[in-house]
Amino acid sequence: MIPVLLILTPLVTGLVSLLLKQSETAKGWALLSSLVSLIIAIAGVFFYPKQQLVFDAAWLPDLGSRFALQMDGMGKMLCLLTAVSFPVIFLATYRNEYRNAGRFYALMLLTQAGLTGVFVATDALLFYFFWELALIPVYFLCSIWGGERRIPVTFKFFIYTFIGSLLMLIGILYVYFHTPDRSFAMHSFYRAVLDARMENFVFWLFFIAFAIKMPVFPFHTWQPDAYEQSPTAVTMVLSGVMVKMGIFAVIRWLLPVFPHASVHFADVVIVLSVIGILYASLIAIRQDDFKRLIAYSSIAHIGLMSAAIFAGKSAGLNGVMVQMFNHGINVIGLWIVADAIEQQLGTRKFSELGGLAQKAPALAVLLAVMAFANIALPLTNAFVGEFLMFNGLFQYNMWMAAVACISVILAAVYTLNMVQKVLYGSTGSITEQAGETAPNVQWALVLLAIGIMVLGVYPQPMINLTKDSVQAVLVNR
Amino acid sequence: MPIQYYIYLCLVLFSIGIIGVLTRRNAIIVFMCVELMLNAVNLLLVAFSKMHHAAALTLNPAATTGIEGQLFVFFIMVVAAAEVSVGLAIIVMLYRNTHSVDINFLNRLKN
Amino acid sequence: MSKLVFLVPLFPLIGFLANGLGRRFLSKPAVSIIGCGAILASFVVSLVLFFDVKANGGGTSTLFNFISVDNFSIPFAFQVDQLSSLFLLIITGIGFLIHLYSSAYMHEEEPQHFGRYFAYLNLFVFSMLLLVMGANYVIMFIGWEGVGLCSYLLIGFWFKNTNYNYAAKKAFVMNRIGDLGFLLAVFWLIFRLGTVSYGDVFANVSKLSTADITAVTTLLFIGAMGKSAQIPLYTWLPDAMAGPTPVSALIHAATMVTAGIYMIARSNILYTLAPATQTLVAVTGLATAVFAATIALKQNDIKKVLAYSTVSQLGYMFLGLGAGAYTGAVFHVMTHAFFKALLFLGAGSVIHAMHHEQDIRKMGGLKKYLPITHITFLLACLAIAGIPPFSGFFSKDEILVAAYAKNPLFYYIGVAGALMTAFYMFRLYTLTFLGNFRGTHEQEHHLHESPWQMTFPLIVLAVLSVLGGFVGIPELFAANAHSLEHFLEPVFAGSNAVAEHHHPEASQEWLMLAGSTAAIVIVIVLAVRLYKNYQPKEETSAGLSKALENKWYVDELYDALIVNPLNALAGFLKNVVEKSGIDGIVNGAGRLVGYGSRQLRLLQSGQVGNYILVMVLAIVVFILIWFNDATITRFFSKIF
Repeated sequence: MIPVLLILTPLVTGLVSLLLKQSETAKGWALLSSLVSLIIAIAGVFFYPKQQLVFDAAWLPDLGSRFALQMDGMGKMLCLLTAVSFPVIFLATYRNEYRNAGRFYALMLLTQAGLTGVFVATDALLFYFFWELALIPVYFLCSIWGGERRIPVTFKFFIYTFIGSLLMLIGILYVYFHTPDRSFAMHSFYRAVLDARMENFVFWLFFIAFAIKMPVFPFHTWQPDAYEQSPTAVTMVLSGVMVKMGIFAVIRWLLPVFPHASVHFADVVIVLSVIGILYASLIAIRQDDFKRLIAYSSIAHIGLMSAAIFAGKSAGLNGVMVQMFNHGINVIGLWIVADAIEQQLGTRKFSELGGLAQKAPALAVLLAVMAFANIALPLTNAFVGEFLMFNGLFQYNMWMAAVACISVILAAVYTLNMVQKVLYGSTGSITEQAGETAPNVQWALVLLAIGIMVLGVYPQPMINLTKDSVQAVLVNR
Repeated sequence: MPIQYYIYLCLVLFSIGIIGVLTRRNAIIVFMCVELMLNAVNLLLVAFSKMHHAAALTLNPAATTGIEGQLFVFFIMVVAAAEVSVGLAIIVMLYRNTHSVDINFLNRLKN
Repeated sequence: MSKLVFLVPLFPLIGFLANGLGRRFLSKPAVSIIGCGAILASFVVSLVLFFDVKANGGGTSTLFNFISVDNFSIPFAFQVDQLSSLFLLIITGIGFLIHLYSSAYMHEEEPQHFGRYFAYLNLFVFSMLLLVMGANYVIMFIGWEGVGLCSYLLIGFWFKNTNYNYAAKKAFVMNRIGDLGFLLAVFWLIFRLGTVSYGDVFANVSKLSTADITAVTTLLFIGAMGKSAQIPLYTWLPDAMAGPTPVSALIHAATMVTAGIYMIARSNILYTLAPATQTLVAVTGLATAVFAATIALKQNDIKKVLAYSTVSQLGYMFLGLGAGAYTGAVFHVMTHAFFKALLFLGAGSVIHAMHHEQDIRKMGGLKKYLPITHITFLLACLAIAGIPPFSGFFSKDEILVAAYAKNPLFYYIGVAGALMTAFYMFRLYTLTFLGNFRGTHEQEHHLHESPWQMTFPLIVLAVLSVLGGFVGIPELFAANAHSLEHFLEPVFAGSNAVAEHHHPEASQEWLMLAGSTAAIVIVIVLAVRLYKNYQPKEETSAGLSKALENKWYVDELYDALIVNPLNALAGFLKNVVEKSGIDGIVNGAGRLVGYGSRQLRLLQSGQVGNYILVMVLAIVVFILIWFNDATITRFFSKIF
């Protein structure tokens, strides 16, 4: 029952929010709704027995598709991430004003419903349905509330992801016709019999869809543009939670369905990922825009995750699981800072910032924490994930791991560049009138910072949470 | 009479119709050519139907096979009549508005 | 004992949190008391632990399971044995003295920044304690990166100055290059052994092939190169002098930079089994020792001289490690911590008195204004130069003798470096304290001895610098007098069992000692005479001395070879590959579709006749295709 509630809560509240006219009411309503989801998620993940986490009902019996939901370890963790992210995002952007706020929050909540659905669906058709449900509101959010270049950028984003979705749909149908019992159920998919040539082919149909979403080099170019042009609340959803859809989908729908192809193409994917890590890191060094820097940094981090997944070692997969959550909250933290600075000073160009540490010490400390988490300093949460992922990659191929590890250095270079240019030095004409950010932003950041520290010092509960999913992947290989 | 003669006649009529539709610019003549094509098909249907029926009769004197073709002909005639009435009405309206029945003059679809 | 272990890092952590969170509310005295008190408490506990270890030997205690996945697990565990308890004493002891010193040195700062300073300093001590107390390589790595972080924060403490920030960033990035090596070594160990705990690794060392051990030790040594500023990763340390002087004393002289030596001493068994790496360590250390000493000869910034001197002394420690003299290296870490901290604090006292003037050409004659600073500084100079019976003499001698045993050439080069050390230290001493005052009148007017918080640590450290050497009296002087060696025996037992030790004969050793000491004394006299009546001249140096003043142009070389190409590559990727290449392909695909549809649109001319013609032609074509040749001919042959 829990997964259904998790989907229904944002769905229903989102539809109600469409009717809300007052901006304040809509904000409050959305925050309330996301808090209810959070409570349900926490209850589901930590307190309810296993049978409460499964739901199965008839949906399209003629097609062999059922409304089947289930929260396993990975699903639990990602539902938790979704449920944690939305209240934090709503809290941090509470003072941002949106035209037609009711509709804005309605679409945000619909996205949340879609995301949660993706993470709990155990039926391929249902998965596809939620995948699109998560995508389409984002399209409207970006194209209505985005920045100057929102129309071309959103169009690109939409075409890109939609092509991916269609390829995946073809793939789903192909696998469906080769399941032993003509069903869309996950376990039938896992038992589908494909001949080797077709398996290799259909693997790419799925992989490209997921690679676009993650994104893996060279399918990433929609991302910096989309992150830059979207309203920041949407960017947080996109990079904090939505990219996890891609990673999640690889683990849930790609590796087990195409076990041979994913071993066969592991080298290709890992090489692409490693190239992407270095490529994105190098580009990040030269960025002058706060948002684009975070975007490229995120591409680099995601590249490591995809490499670690395909390395297929237990340590690496555990690392990916942990890192999915950690990367989510870290990157949201960085976006919050970027947004706070942009809202206050009207710029996010490093060349125009500087000296904020004098003007806003509290923000400076919080940004520093986020930055150090971004370079995976030990005792921040990201260290645990990256350590395990590099470890897995090293066990697969030490040379690739060594090359990928160079990103550890590059990450320090671009992140510290960012810290230096934003916080240190003397104030400029723009930063002269800067002040401390609003309390809601600070509280959101403090919450995230506490999360970063706690998960960095004591990550074991998180690792234990997703152990079963790792085992499931390894067994299927 | 051998069926070939009917086929030749119909081919000729149909081709005349097509060439007329393609080359003439007067809407009324184009219309007549369309009618010509329809009737060429009608004629062929009747001819085949008769032939089919005759062939069926040799096996079974009580057979009614093959009369469906003639049924189709009636359908086509009815539809054609309806089409002509609507079409002519449109042409008349066009002529009233533009004082022309030249189809090339009426290529407003483009913009 | 196990309960006490956790207290050692806990106090600085509490101090960090209290000062960090309360920096806006706490007054300066409160901040100092919290900051210093936390370290003092740690020191007391460390003392208790030290005597406990001395009596009962070491042990490990686990706090909780840090990371555990199915094929390996990393406990958050501390190990206190002879080696780490010694380091604990050095860190907390010298750390406390420097905290005390800082409370006076930093008094000009605003309360908020004063609190920030002590928070960072406490965090540093916490990280350093994790580094030496960790019972496995991952916990060591946590401390390893943690001290790097604190070093970054403290170098850039005065964050309004952009140059300081660059120095801080440089330090962090160069350390990270080393950390990369360390990480890979850890992965390698996990891959081969499935464990990173010292006990398990050292017990299972026989399962590793020589290639594995060589690779792991080399990678670890790369980590040590970064942290302990060895060629080629040393250039950050002189720049790190941008930080407040007590920070330089604590982090960039006494503790953090010796982490590399601690790590190798900890992994001594691995290094002993990898002779190739040992030679690499020795050669790198020796090269660094001499190279840095040459640069120090011509530096004019009081802190820069000390910084290069630190690099050089660290080189000696690595020489010792490479020669298998682990005890000697650790001994030198200890004595170096005493006298180099003393030198830096003395320099800080001078800088404090001179109102932040650091150029030794503008000093001189400070002897009469700063008597305590002068005496203690002189003692430290004698110690670092290696004059018996000061502490530096014993430790340096032990290393050089071991180097002789490995390769006599190492010894001669090492002694040459030691002579340079004596020269530049006494050049520094003479220019600063002897002769006439060369600064402005205003500066002279304000010259004064520092308050007790600053002079007390100087005196304590001076005593230690003078007497510290007596824990390690060589066999040559008295049998079984090397108490440090006996104390550390259990840590290096594995290595001692494997490696054969050959000592030079006693008569030869006496000769070496006497020869080098005499040479050093001559060099000192020379330096004092040369610079006693120094007057600043407007001269442009050329040739070798210009290269030395410019630090052999190494920074410029790195810029040209690594930094600039990397920047250019990044720019190329950003502006060309990303924009025109990948995004170009993506947008090109979109544009191609757009172009195609524009062309196809022309077919829709709006001429009904054309449509019909196309329709007819299409039908004809379809018919031709549908009925292939044979069918068509059969059809036509039938009707005709």
